[in-house]
Amino acid sequence: MNNHHRHILQDRLFRYFGIACTFSGLILLAIFILDILFDGLGRINLSFFTNLPSRNPEEAGIFTAIIGTLMIMIHTAVIAIPLGVSAGVYLEEYGGRKSRFARFLEVNINNLAGVPSIIYGLLGLEVFVHGLHLGQSVLSASLTLALLILPIIIVTTREAIRAVPSTLRQASYGMGATRWQTIWHLILPASSGGILTGIILALSRVIGESAPLIAIGVMVYVPFAPTSPMDEFSALPVQIFNWISRPQKGFLINAAAAIIVLLSISLAMNLIAVYFRNKWQKQFKP
Amino acid sequence: MMSPHTKNPKERVIEALLAGSAGVSILTTVGIVYILLSQALRFFGEVSLWEFLTDTQWTPLYSDKHYGILPLLTGTLLTTLIALAVAIPLGLTTAVYLNMYSSARFKRVVKPLLELLAAVPTVVYGFFALAVITPALQVIIPNLSGFNALSAGMVMGVMIIPLISSLCEDALSAIPKSLKEASYGMGATKYQTAIRVVIPAAFSGIMVSVLLALSRAVGETMIVAVAAGQQPNLTLNPLVPIETITTYIVQISSGDVAHDSNEFRTIYAAGITLFVFTFILNNIGSWITRKYQQKYE
Repeated sequence: MNNHHRHILQDRLFRYFGIACTFSGLILLAIFILDILFDGLGRINLSFFTNLPSRNPEEAGIFTAIIGTLMIMIHTAVIAIPLGVSAGVYLEEYGGRKSRFARFLEVNINNLAGVPSIIYGLLGLEVFVHGLHLGQSVLSASLTLALLILPIIIVTTREAIRAVPSTLRQASYGMGATRWQTIWHLILPASSGGILTGIILALSRVIGESAPLIAIGVMVYVPFAPTSPMDEFSALPVQIFNWISRPQKGFLINAAAAIIVLLSISLAMNLIAVYFRNKWQKQFKP
Repeated sequence: MMSPHTKNPKERVIEALLAGSAGVSILTTVGIVYILLSQALRFFGEVSLWEFLTDTQWTPLYSDKHYGILPLLTGTLLTTLIALAVAIPLGLTTAVYLNMYSSARFKRVVKPLLELLAAVPTVVYGFFALAVITPALQVIIPNLSGFNALSAGMVMGVMIIPLISSLCEDALSAIPKSLKEASYGMGATKYQTAIRVVIPAAFSGIMVSVLLALSRAVGETMIVAVAAGQQPNLTLNPLVPIETITTYIVQISSGDVAHDSNEFRTIYAAGITLFVFTFILNNIGSWITRKYQQKYE
């Protein structure tokens, strides 16, 4: 075999190796999902969704945890979406883009995006739980998680706005529209698909986060579902963490069942986000 | 891009509101730095920085108290290195494959699927490490503890694959086509072109992805809290229980240590250490980006 053939063979082997590497993570995830379904699917029934936490694994359910997670998601969204989109619009549309303030903001946001989520938990503990005396409430958790996802929303808002053709802007200014009129009536609607994608991805992050919630001292054993932002609460990932940490086999089965619920929500949100992204990206392509 | 109506008062109010929203991010940074510093300073009022950095034991909750961060640092280092040892080869090879070998259609389908790996909640990965990977590894390595750095690190590596593969793929895409074509023109195979031309040319971008992955692994919490154990252990043995900085913070937060005590303030000393590490890693990353990434533009 001469050198040339050896190189072709090497190239072909690498191609197979590349396919194997590309799918390795996905295959592991598939194995895991199958394992989880095998362990937990039998545990999922109506009472698993409607029961309160319990010391007895067979009677324990995720009712308070799932309501807590929904409450946090709604409140976080209400806080983070207006702030994040406004900040993104400011950085992208207001001449500030080249100013010193805007550059500083940009570096700052990049840095915040890299801060570990548990550090946000420490911030929330001191500022919201103790500083503002909000306690271990839905509101404290939502404010903390809102700060955590702000960088994600800001960055995706900016990318979405940047993709809007500048001819649209110029046409609007040419008609005599003000800057805000242009943003409100043209830029935001045109970039809404991209912004929405970012928001869904950010909220899927909120649903799965547990470290910051544990840091602010979230309760695991809450015998009631929260009804107001000032109530204490539990959350699905924290409930899972608690069940995993227990020695009894029954709680591990509960954890697997709760993971099926959590993973279904997270993966569904991500697939929806991908769908919106693809749909939206086609919009500006000729 | 100046609009003719910038002096309109309503426009000015709106601009101020938008700038205020952007300013929240500055307040967040100030808040994080202030809280970590002020609480850590109170902690260092009672424990010397020298002891913190050189003592080889971390036992703040025992009667014989030692406050040496080293065992938490080695635990963090160990899980991080294992994660990178998994994620860098797999992620980089995936990036090369998607960039140079696969069809555009394959790439369009596979990239969002890979992103799903990063979308799985970390507590779920923790369960995966504890309940699936550790028992599987115990078949091969009988003396592997139920809690260990190895399986937690490996699973963390899987989680980080999409971060590396997507950033590396961006870096590979930024290499001018002419460079690849010149290599093919010399009779090189795709593999030779990848190894000798494309990867070296994209090296700065690849380094950035590695630094971001490092920072992510250092700050990752739930996988290690679930699967690596909660025992501060000055060791680089991946088979025994250890504790990372992040796990320690979880352990104290979910325990019943009084908030206004020096035992509790240990988590701020640990937290500021974590913050400093991730801050440095992220900023070296963006420094490299600024310095090198415009080379081909």
